[in-house]
Amino acid sequence: MWDEEIRHMASSHAIMASGVFMATVVPAVLVPGFSVYGTHLLWQYSVAGVVAVVNISLFWLLGVSPPTKKHTITYKVSRLVRSCLYLLLSCLFFHTVVVLYGAPLLESALETFSLAVLLTSLTTLRCVCVLGPNVQAWIRVLSRHGAMSVWDTSLQMVVGCSVVGAWLGAFPIPLDWDRPWQVWPVSCSLGGVIGYLTGLVVAPTWIHWHRKHLTYKSK
Amino acid sequence: MRIRSSVFACFCLILEVLGIALFLRGFFPVPIKSSFSSKSKLSDVPPEPFTGVSLNSSKVPDALFKRVVIVLIDALREDFVFGPNGRKYMPYIRHLVERGSTYSFVAKARPPTVTMPRIKALTTGSIPGFIDVVMNLNSPALLEDNLIWQAKAAGKRMVFYGDDTWVKLFPKHFMEYDGTTSFFVSDYTEVDNNVTRHLDSTLKRDDWDILILHYLGLDHIGHISGPHSSLIQPKLMEMDDILKKIHGSLILKEAEGALPYLLVLCGDHGMSETGSHGGSSEHEVNTPLVLISPAFKKKVGMEKPSTVEQVDLTPTLALGLGLPISQNSVGRLIQPVVDEASLRDQLRFLHLNGHQLSYLLKDSMPAYEKEEGYEQFRVAEKSHGNWVKLVVEGNTSEVLTNMGKKVFKQYLEALRAMSEALSKQLGKYDIYSMVVGMVLLLLLLLLAMPEALSSASEVDLPVSSALLSLPFYLLCLLLSSVHVLVCTSAESSCYFCSLSWGLVFGAVALSSALLCILVSMAKKYFASSRCGGWSLSELDILLLAGTAGHTLSLSASSFVEEEHQVWYFLLNTLCLVVFQDVCRKYFRERRANFGSLEDEDYLLPSNEGDAVASPLSDLGVTDAGSEKWLALATPPLTLACCRLLRSLNQTGVQWAHLPDLGHWLNSFEHKMVLSLFAALSLALIYFLVQRRCSWVSKIALALGLLGVYSYRAAVGNVVFPWQRGGGNMSKGTVEARFVYVFVLGILFTGSKDLLRSQVITADARLKSRGLWEIYSGMVLLVALLFRAHNLPVLCCCLLVQTLMAQFIWKKLHYDAAQTTIMHYWFGQAFFYFQGNSNSIATVDISVGFVGLESYIEAPAFFLTALSTYAGPLLWAAHLVCYLSSEKRSSVAVGHGCYCLALLRSVPAAAYVVLVTALRYHLFIWSVFSPKLLYESMHTLLTTAICLFFTTMEQSRRP
Repeated sequence: MWDEEIRHMASSHAIMASGVFMATVVPAVLVPGFSVYGTHLLWQYSVAGVVAVVNISLFWLLGVSPPTKKHTITYKVSRLVRSCLYLLLSCLFFHTVVVLYGAPLLESALETFSLAVLLTSLTTLRCVCVLGPNVQAWIRVLSRHGAMSVWDTSLQMVVGCSVVGAWLGAFPIPLDWDRPWQVWPVSCSLGGVIGYLTGLVVAPTWIHWHRKHLTYKSK
Repeated sequence: MRIRSSVFACFCLILEVLGIALFLRGFFPVPIKSSFSSKSKLSDVPPEPFTGVSLNSSKVPDALFKRVVIVLIDALREDFVFGPNGRKYMPYIRHLVERGSTYSFVAKARPPTVTMPRIKALTTGSIPGFIDVVMNLNSPALLEDNLIWQAKAAGKRMVFYGDDTWVKLFPKHFMEYDGTTSFFVSDYTEVDNNVTRHLDSTLKRDDWDILILHYLGLDHIGHISGPHSSLIQPKLMEMDDILKKIHGSLILKEAEGALPYLLVLCGDHGMSETGSHGGSSEHEVNTPLVLISPAFKKKVGMEKPSTVEQVDLTPTLALGLGLPISQNSVGRLIQPVVDEASLRDQLRFLHLNGHQLSYLLKDSMPAYEKEEGYEQFRVAEKSHGNWVKLVVEGNTSEVLTNMGKKVFKQYLEALRAMSEALSKQLGKYDIYSMVVGMVLLLLLLLLAMPEALSSASEVDLPVSSALLSLPFYLLCLLLSSVHVLVCTSAESSCYFCSLSWGLVFGAVALSSALLCILVSMAKKYFASSRCGGWSLSELDILLLAGTAGHTLSLSASSFVEEEHQVWYFLLNTLCLVVFQDVCRKYFRERRANFGSLEDEDYLLPSNEGDAVASPLSDLGVTDAGSEKWLALATPPLTLACCRLLRSLNQTGVQWAHLPDLGHWLNSFEHKMVLSLFAALSLALIYFLVQRRCSWVSKIALALGLLGVYSYRAAVGNVVFPWQRGGGNMSKGTVEARFVYVFVLGILFTGSKDLLRSQVITADARLKSRGLWEIYSGMVLLVALLFRAHNLPVLCCCLLVQTLMAQFIWKKLHYDAAQTTIMHYWFGQAFFYFQGNSNSIATVDISVGFVGLESYIEAPAFFLTALSTYAGPLLWAAHLVCYLSSEKRSSVAVGHGCYCLALLRSVPAAAYVVLVTALRYHLFIWSVFSPKLLYESMHTLLTTAICLFFTTMEQSRRP
């Protein structure tokens, strides 16, 4: 039914995944002493930056986001400002949640905040790109049975997988293996990114598999 | 037979407790201890047997050795010395073993092959009872009679270098010592250099009698890279050089006419093929034992070393040094060592050893007289007496020598038999009892599982049909024959076999009946269950996955150590999911105020929020709007509370050393802050609890909480505002008893209300008030027992309970099962918020003395258990109150009780299976067994709660 959209999705997801891959490999070549564990903050920001750039440009090119009603420049600016505000709030929100989960409050605040930035780039940014700065729509899509297009379904999956990945990533921390990836927040951000990649793969596959049974309320 | 589900749950739990008790009895064999608490003294030594008038002195034969050097190499495996590689690894020692005046043996260690129990075994000669290892984690010093103590008492001067476990076990015993911690496993050079650096100066001096060296490097190499690594050879060669140096200097020091020296090389345990240890594989238990002394005969070639027990070294060293054998030793003299002494002395040594063993046998076995070894010893002692008489009379014929040799053989036989009889009881798992307990647990769990998922109020148990069926009798017969077979063929002692026949048959009939019932119920269940898939909400998925995940996590020792992290993590996720549920209820259904969601609620309300929130809820002033906001604020507030409490008490192992709020509050400078906090918490506790009490209990509660504060002030934890500088600290007995009076008063009022509602009028309001009063009595008692810095935990507990009950559980219509699981999770998390952990060390024993002048066992135990499990108990009590106050479902209490029982039995049963599977794990004594004790205690308490539940449900019915 939505063969073309599925193809678009698959190819865009492939680009995003390769973006994450490049964000890991290219600095390793260019920056001396770069490693995912050793210079973890750098890796986090490079992945977050690349994911942000790739997401924004791809969704802008594909034109998935809902058409704007007004074309005035002030309206566009206000949308942009609102998007930025939401992204910032989402960073703060993730930071708070992570602290509530037991991250040290002051000690490694920078690491915690970078994790929040990474998670924001993996989840909220996609929401902004697909749905626009519209919290109402976000809540609709992210609750059950709220998807209204294949892009909404893929959004659900990618966001869910990333968050669950980061959640699962916290489990190895208490183990006494003394590995470099057990240091806060390496395992969580690795889990988040792996979850994100899984989501990217799973979403088009699942939609392709279930394309006969998928029905959306209004499309 | 139809019975109510709560009765069924109680029945299951009681049987489970029995199963766990049986398992524990098998898992922790009772240690053998002699009944004398004192230590052996030289004056207690029995006289040499002599028929006729005793004219012999009771003195111990003189020492055989002047100086003893013990070189203990951690994880030294037998084949490192005696194996084909021995010549390459330790050339000097190997040369001595083949050509020198030495004796070499393979000494068998008993599992657990871990350093500390092994050191205890080497020094006391007993095999440490496992329950000892667990219970003595608090007091590291070895209090039992042991070789080191005896040596010190006899005035021997000892020097020790090496693993600091020795220093902890024997504080103040050594004249000179330097302990090395084995904390950094990756370091294998520095630990040994720390020992060796003292060697030169010590060997030059003459002022010591016993030198003990404990080298750790080899063990560390084993842990890093296994027994075949390339690091092994250089390390062993280093050890060989050290031994050569020691031997050389001992030879130099040796003077003509003086007693000879003795050099002992031994290992505490071996090393498995992967390099670890703790289990009972051949490589782990076989250690070399090489005794070097000029007193021994020269060897002419390599012989196959004979096998001895590791504990045999203790009596040998004791007799060799002229010391009394320590009381609990089960070892026997290594006979070749005394070969060069006169026959009379040899017999004397054997007699001393036998005498000590026979006394231990007398103390540890009721039927000691029937033991073969004991009889043999009596016979040998008698003929020894006759022999000595002849010798004293001056007889020197051939017959005498032959007779002496016969006595000698008799003694050896007797020693072997007695030592075997003793060690049979020790250090072994009683697998049969463990398996019986485990099977009982698993059967009950399977039986209970499907019923919890349905919310029927009654369970249909096909008892009569099962009891009358043929398979039941066949199973009984089969199990009885298995029992007989196992018990007659068992080598080691077995508790279950020693039970009386009536009890055993009861157990057999019970388990076969359970099996029959289980099968018929399963048949019925599968026949009837054609209902389609359930629809699970996110919450259900989380609750089920969390319970299952937690159970699985218990198989990793780190997760057992850091179990609190798992609970905090799950609780946080639970709160977030509940939050999402609340949001959905208030925003998705009525699409109002959408935009404000993010900004308003995700930014957490600060702590002033709870002051505003609680009075509103208490007074019931809730119009629709404010109710919505309060409901939305509840989960974030709960999250904030949990985060605060989490930093109050750091617990676990890895991060336990981090500074926490509890320490900060308890330091002297912050006493004022602590007092303020305590007073505030007590006020808030009063405020939260009093709202549903009768006025009598309200007054009692207020006075009781004042009493709590004055108790804390009397003990010196907090300051009284009007009592400045009064430095006299008392035990606060009067104040504590004052509080106890009010606790009893409130409990009495509560039970009076309950009884009245049950017997005279079926008044639901009266009943719920009675329940609440009992609950508040518990709160008051816990407030008294908690340390001052833990009062915020109690206060937050009550706050969260109130808010959740008011705005979440009622409003979102969670059913009994969901509510029960949430209560259970909260209870577990609060258990750790209090500062508990899964090690015995965190149990606060001082609670047992609150309000008591001296230690009395029963109340002390009760109070300690109550304060340790305060979190789970308070949440369970709240569950009873909450479920029985609910109007909509009359079966809620029964169902809740059922779920609680199941929630407890799933981890308990799984853990029992895990512990059985991991019984040779390296951390079984330090990590897994304390947790097993915690689990058993928790199950016992849950059973008590479920009984309470059942009586509550009873009264509901007409």
